[in-house]
Amino acid sequence: MSTAIEQTKRVIPDRLETPFRRLLGSWEVLLFCVAVAIFIANSLASPYFLNAWNLSDATFNFTEKALIAFAMALLIIAGEIDLSVAAIIALASTAMGYAAQLGVGAPGLVAIGITTGLACGAFNGLLVAGLKLPSIVVTIGTMSLFRGISYLVLGDQAFGKYPPEFAFFGQGYVFWVVSFEFVLFLVMALLFGILLHRTNFGRHVYVIGNNPLAARFSGIPVERVKFILFLLTGLMSGIAAVCLTSRLGSTRPSIAQGWELEVVTMVVLGGVSILGGSGTIVGVVIAAFVMGLVTFGLGLLNVPGIVMSIFIGLLLIITIALPIVTRRIKHARNA
Amino acid sequence: MQKLLKNREMLLGLIIIVMILGFTTRAPNFANPDNLVTIFNDTSILIILALGQMVVILTKSIDLSVAANLAFTGMAVAMLDSAYPGLPLALLVLIAIGIGAALGAINGFLVWALQIPPIVVTLGTLTIYRGMSFVLSGGAWVNAHQMQPDFLGVPRLPVLGLPILSWVAIAVILLVGFILARTAFGRSTYAAGGNPVAAIYAGIDVGRARFLAFVLSGALAGLSGYLWVSRYAVAYVDIAAGFELDSVAACVIGGISIAGGIGTVIGTVLGALFLGVIKNALPVIGISPFAQMAISGIVIVLAVVFNARAEAKKGRIILRDRAAGKEVTA
Repeated sequence: MSTAIEQTKRVIPDRLETPFRRLLGSWEVLLFCVAVAIFIANSLASPYFLNAWNLSDATFNFTEKALIAFAMALLIIAGEIDLSVAAIIALASTAMGYAAQLGVGAPGLVAIGITTGLACGAFNGLLVAGLKLPSIVVTIGTMSLFRGISYLVLGDQAFGKYPPEFAFFGQGYVFWVVSFEFVLFLVMALLFGILLHRTNFGRHVYVIGNNPLAARFSGIPVERVKFILFLLTGLMSGIAAVCLTSRLGSTRPSIAQGWELEVVTMVVLGGVSILGGSGTIVGVVIAAFVMGLVTFGLGLLNVPGIVMSIFIGLLLIITIALPIVTRRIKHARNA
Repeated sequence: MQKLLKNREMLLGLIIIVMILGFTTRAPNFANPDNLVTIFNDTSILIILALGQMVVILTKSIDLSVAANLAFTGMAVAMLDSAYPGLPLALLVLIAIGIGAALGAINGFLVWALQIPPIVVTLGTLTIYRGMSFVLSGGAWVNAHQMQPDFLGVPRLPVLGLPILSWVAIAVILLVGFILARTAFGRSTYAAGGNPVAAIYAGIDVGRARFLAFVLSGALAGLSGYLWVSRYAVAYVDIAAGFELDSVAACVIGGISIAGGIGTVIGTVLGALFLGVIKNALPVIGISPFAQMAISGIVIVLAVVFNARAEAKKGRIILRDRAAGKEVTA
């Protein structure tokens, strides 16, 4: 057997660890320091970085993914996962494009996009919460299904004729450099933060992630909570689809390819345990900034997108591995 | 007869035969031996990849990086072949398997030593390996005219009616079947996935089993890398995009439980063949190839539903109302 019986010295500290000390060692603070470091590195690396309009452009990199990441964070905390979010974006975008061809105006397009997202989320929710299927394979299946429907409708064509008012969501500014997407991101961060950290529903999510059986015996309607979480994920994917389609002004079946992995990376980077049961919205917000800064900074240095994704992959693995490695070193030193 | 039908693999085999017969009504040549050989040949790479994925899933893990592994190894081997025409094919195949195994070992090491959940590890290495493929090739393609004749030709050589590619798939099927049924490592994968805690108490090193499973999956992905670039006679960064999901789908359809510990080699092969038959049949019966993804998705969802019904364990009874004849379970 590999576990050694450790002789730990009982150390009674003079002062107990204050909440402030505990906060200092938390994941969110560590991530915030990383964000600041990247910000400084970027401003040293490129003279174009510290420009208000450029920074505002940088936010477009992560706001849409972050919208989905908030809902995904709740889902992962509850112990499930949804890999079909990017495909939901594709399907919602295709639905909006089709409606735009038929001449539907901007409010109608938004409604269609959001409704498609909700419908896809409900489908996922029925399969996972209703039929109690494992979410990872179900969402792999629905990922193929939703994007497949997109491919079926569009083939290798693209929908392009969107009404000009529709462009506001992705390209509009609320005041000065602050874009509509960024304001939406902040509003959703606040709403999800309140939902997760200050409501009963949020507490239920944590319990289900930590101990599903205890949750059920405590009277928490586990299936209903999970269904709502999948609905939320679908809803946020629909909203992200509206923003992305409005920003791009066109729809291809390959839209948002690979985004599900980036969203999961953002969530895990934000300190949410992939096994469920812990995590904060604040962490996800900071992780969104970190990923946006890295992507934008590398973009300013003309690094190709696929090399950028190497950095994101490394970032994911290192951020997960670092606490484990430091804990091992600490144990080895104490023993 | 009922018992035979209840056997999941039998049922899947029956469904495939029914599908082939069904497609034959629309296209009379579908059930020809030539066409069946073509279907098996087309599906060979998926079979090899799915078998590697199966071993990983058995240990309660998942390997989403196999396609990126395939792409990197295929690109590396193709570049080697075009740069050094004198290298013998056998050496190139060994290099491919070696590189694949090394990439798989990285996955396995992160899962074993650092105990990072496999989905996170393979999500990360998926993008890293794909990016490395770009860095290696600089975005350039390796085209057919840059590859040597035996590099391209050997897998297509027909031996006893089947191309060598199909024979390689058959060899891998026999090898993996032997490993799982007759070696200690193979048995330990079932234990590690079925009940990891019990496996540890029984003296099985679960971490090591996972590590070796990832190495095997990587090695098979490396082999598939060579086979892919040879079959399609081209190597570029985006090859096999999304193929890892096909390998997971083949496993799920074949009855491998995503929770680990349940599944057979025959099931995986049949699952891969199921997807292969559908893929080959679509153009023949006049459905747009763009429908393939949607059909794959529906098939996966149905397979998962079917798997779940088959595996469902009756929960603990927490309330029994004898008068009403009702039970509440959890």
